[in-house]
Parts: sequence; structure tokens; C-alpha cells
Amino acid sequence: MELLDFARGPGLAISLSIFVLGAAWRLYGIFRRPSKPDYSEPRSGAVLGPALAAIVTRMWHHRTFRERTLVQTLNAYAYHIGLAIVVFGFLPHIGFIQRLTGLHWPAVPAWLFVLAVAAVFIGLIYALFSRLTSPVQRMLSNFDDWFSWFVTILPMLTGMAVLSLPASAPYPLAPLDPTPVAIHLLSLELLLVWLPFGKLAHAFLVFVSRGMTGAAFARKGARL
Amino acid sequence: MSGADTRHPIDLEGPRFSIRKPAVRYDKQGERPDAERLEAAMAGFAKDFGRTAAAYMESCIHCGNCAEACHFYLQTGDPKYTPIWKIEPFKQAYQREAGPFAWLYRTLNLKPKVTVEELEEWQELLYDSCTMCGRCTMICPMGIDIASLVGLARHGMFAAGLVPHELAAVAERAEREGSPLGATAKVLKERLDWLADDYEVEMHVDEARADVLVTFSSIEIMKYPQSLVATARILNHAGYSWTVSTKGYEATNFGMLSGNVEWQRHSSMKLIDAAVACNAKVMILPECGHAYTALRWQGANVLGRPLPFKVQHISEFLAENVANGRIKVNKVGTTVTFHDPCQVSRRGGATSAPRVVLQALGADLRETEDTGDLNFCCGGGGGVVTIHRADELRYKTFEIKMRQMDATGAALPVTSCSNCRQTFDDGQARFKWDKKMASLLELVAENLSAPG
Repeated sequence: MELLDFARGPGLAISLSIFVLGAAWRLYGIFRRPSKPDYSEPRSGAVLGPALAAIVTRMWHHRTFRERTLVQTLNAYAYHIGLAIVVFGFLPHIGFIQRLTGLHWPAVPAWLFVLAVAAVFIGLIYALFSRLTSPVQRMLSNFDDWFSWFVTILPMLTGMAVLSLPASAPYPLAPLDPTPVAIHLLSLELLLVWLPFGKLAHAFLVFVSRGMTGAAFARKGARL
Repeated sequence: MSGADTRHPIDLEGPRFSIRKPAVRYDKQGERPDAERLEAAMAGFAKDFGRTAAAYMESCIHCGNCAEACHFYLQTGDPKYTPIWKIEPFKQAYQREAGPFAWLYRTLNLKPKVTVEELEEWQELLYDSCTMCGRCTMICPMGIDIASLVGLARHGMFAAGLVPHELAAVAERAEREGSPLGATAKVLKERLDWLADDYEVEMHVDEARADVLVTFSSIEIMKYPQSLVATARILNHAGYSWTVSTKGYEATNFGMLSGNVEWQRHSSMKLIDAAVACNAKVMILPECGHAYTALRWQGANVLGRPLPFKVQHISEFLAENVANGRIKVNKVGTTVTFHDPCQVSRRGGATSAPRVVLQALGADLRETEDTGDLNFCCGGGGGVVTIHRADELRYKTFEIKMRQMDATGAALPVTSCSNCRQTFDDGQARFKWDKKMASLLELVAENLSAPG
């Protein structure tokens, strides 16, 4: 079996399975914990509305905190949005998703893709620099932080090696040089395998923690 | 528990509750092997690994934003005061013992066991340098309520006998005598009799039936007795049927602050039983922040069912009654700035109540730069004001309050928490500040309209 066949076949199937099962297990691990009923007289009985509101409103800091966190926040937005554009807006990636799910959509223009790639690289490098130089972040950091950074930037790096493909071309069924594509795909699979177990799981946990606090604070009539 | 260290005598005569000759130290209660202490801490932690705590501990992305909201970090620049770092042993114990991948962490020893030495080191972070004000909750991009996790982590620390001495001592005294400051039922009764005579105010004590049960903070009883007079005057003015019960009057809850769930329960049940006994429709909590959390938000959960009466902070009661016209006040005609008690405003949801009252008083309210739900803590909440070794750190945080209040140009600082008030009084003495913190309750009582 060629490396690309493995990456597209068993490798992808295994990594996707680990991703789905790992994420499910992590969520189950949280929700299986006991939850005591709250008998206090609520100011508001609403749960879903405040939970959703917290998910949205916590996307931006209160004015008083902005000055001290602005660079970090803007940087995080830059590489998160950049990643979304790279993953879901690049034509070969859309082709890949279409092959898996049947879903497809128009690709972003080439200039936007290039801008997104730049934002991801600059953003991730700044995030690493910040983690290395900020006394607070350095103290909080552990293996999870470093490895999560590594598995996030790795598909970007391996993807650069495949970029000889014309951005406007349809997804090639048989690339001229399959090895870089295989390596790129395997690096994505490493990301998928790691995501549910480390801090990258904030991709789905953000809805849980923000939602819980939003509902709890609304019960007390407190602003979040 | 009666294992409190008796080498540090309690100083009840000082300007605030404290011990003499403090030293930097890790305090321990009782004599027992470290292994046993650790086991007790872990068992205490494990009880609190509930669903919400689990979600929070799984969600942290180590961004460190919480540090930027914490007055202890902002004033010192020391990264160890990063709020989420303060619960590190609690988090570590969770991941090793109860998280979704605990078996993996244990098998491969990816998360080492928490040690007694770590818990000793973290005592300062969990007690001296966290007022549980919850400002960090307002900044966390994941919405993690770190203050609630600190409260939970304190349970395990208490079980291990690793609580700062003063806090353990006052909590033990509150459990033994019914009040952390010696405001026993006899002392209260004597004080109320004295105040009734001196100030010619009608006091209602141990009435068989009353619509309103009034509770006090021992800080008010012992240090600010004018608050008791003010409460009586306002309730008489508004024409309420009210009483104080000598069986349940102490609203402070040092069981909650120190981390002893059972003592928290005892304190709360005394108040609940007293309210039920006199068939009260409303229980008024005094000017005390943590008392509000203990009864308004945790009281029913202590009881195990909804409370059969309404619970109001005194500022809510005042706001409701100035709005419905039962309390009539004169205009004060002065500039005022308000210090929000964190547990009542940010964490209690009653941020608007004092502002309604101040508006009724005609005060020219000048808000601080960070106010209301984003207010900075006075530095003395969460039991910190009792911990003498934390004084210098606390004074640093107090500088923020002075700076922000001075910047408003207001003549009169006002608050609705006697614990904040004594922290301000202490800070004023330390810095020779030219402002004296006033009580919202007393301000209303001093400006009641004459009948007719």
C-alpha cells in the first residue's frame, strides 16, 4: 500500500474514529459527573437563552479589559479565522471534504487564501512567542500547550509543500507527487487524533463552559 | 474540629479581627501524619468534582487572561497570583482522579499525585490572595467561573487542616459560640437593650410572629452598632412587623469562607429555623457580602428544598421600599461614589439596588472607572481581611480602590457591606486616606423623612 493510500484510507478512518470517540468520551466524562439541583429562588428561569447569549457575548472582552488583552485577542482571532479560511475555503480542501461527505461550496479567492495562510503563520508564531515570553503563560504552560501548538502548525507546514498545486484546479484524483500530499494528510490526522485529548478540545468545550456559566449567572440575575 | 492553633491568641480589641505577632507561615490545624492530611484533602476535593467544576477544569486554555482581571496580579505583577493557577492542585487532583482520562494519567503517571508540600504552598494562593471576588470570571474567554473553583478547593484544604490560622480560629469560634467575634445571643440582647435606650429606638427581639426576620453581621454587632439602630429605625418607619431572633441572627458564615461545609450548614440552618419559627415572609440579610451568597444563593441548597420565605439583601429591601413609597427619604445633596460588594453585585445580581436607593436620596452618584459588575474588590473579601500575614498584599490591592475613588472627586464613599467597610477603615488608617467609608443603610436611616 502506498503512503497516500494509507493516509486516505485506514489512516483517515482511524484518526476520524479516534477524534469522534475521544471527543464523545471527553464530553461524557464531564456530563457523567454528578450535578446537584439548585433550589435557590431564581431571578430568571431561562437556561438556553442565557447560555447561548454567554457563548456569543464572551467572544469579546469587556471594555475595561481590552487594553491589556487587545493584542492577544486580535492575534487569536487572526489565526482562528485564518485557519477556518484555509481549512474550509481552499479548493483542494473543499474537494477533500466533498469526497468524504458529499458537501461542497465555492472556494475563496486566491488572494484571501494567501492572506489567511499568512495570518495563521504570523498568529501562531506570535502565540508561541507570547507563551515563551509572558511569565504568566510560561508558568501555566505544560506539554499540552507545546504539543497542541506543534500539531496545529504542522499541517500548515506540510501543506506548504503541496502548494505547487494550482489553487484554481479541481481536487486532483492522482497528484503528480503523492508523497507530500500523504504527509500533509497524515499531519492533519495527527491533529485529529490529538484534538479531543488536549486543550484543542476547546473547539467544542467552549460551548459547554460558557453556556454553563451563562445559565448560572442568569439564574442569579448577574451580568456576564 | 477543635484543632485550631492556640499559640496565636485572638485579638478582639484591635481595629479589626486579627491575631497578634503574625509570621509568614503555612498553618496547620491538628496533629496528624502528612499522608493522612493528604488523603483528607483528596477526599475533600473528590466530593466537589461535580459536572460544572469538571467542565471548567477541562476547558482552560492557559491563555492567562484571568491574571489581567485580578487585583493581586495587577498590583504585584507576580504570575503566581494568576487566578487559574490558584486552583492548580485541585485541577491536578481532578485530572488524575476523576477526569475522563484519569486512568491514562494514573497509569502513565502523566499527572503526578498532589503532595502535602504543594498544598502548603498553595494555602497562600487559595486563601491570602483570593477574595473570591470573581472578577476573573468576567474576563475568561472560556467563561470559567474560577472563584467558584477556589471556593470548592477550600473544602479539601479545610478537611486537610491546612487553613490560615486566623480563618480556622474564627470559623471554629463561630461554630462553638454562634459568632466569630463573640457576639453571642447574650451579647446581642444586651447590645440591643443598650441601643434601644441610648437611641430611643424600638427593638423587636424574639417576637413569636413577624413578617420580617432581621439578621446581622457580627461586624455590625461588635464594631458598627449604629447599623443595628439604623435597621430598627427603617423597619419601624416603614411599619413592618419585624423581629430579631436570638436563636438565629448571625449572618456571617465562616464555615463557607474557610471551607467547612458542615459548619456552613449549621450557620445557615440557625437562620432558616429562626425564620420558619416566626413565620417570616422575608429574611433580611445585613450589609455583608458573603452572607448574601451563603443564604440567598446557597441557603436553599443547604436545606435541600426551596426556602419558605424570601431572602433579601438589605440594599434590595431598601430599594424595593423606597420604590414603593414605604420608605420616604430626604435628599442628601452630596456627591457619592459607591463600592459594590462583589458577592452582592457581580456574583449576586443585585447591582442596581444600591443605585436605586442613592437616586432616591438625591445623591450625585459618581461611578468609579471600574464599577458595578466590573468593580474591583476592596481586597478583604473571602476571609482575606482576617489573615494578618496577607496584610501587605491586601494593602497593595487597596491602592486601586483609593485611586479609583479619588478620581471620581466624590465627597462620600458608600458601600453596603460591613466587611468591605472594615477593610476600607483599615486601609484608611494605613494610608491616612482622607475618606471615610459610609454605610448605605445608615445613610438611609439618617435621612428618613419625618412622619406626616
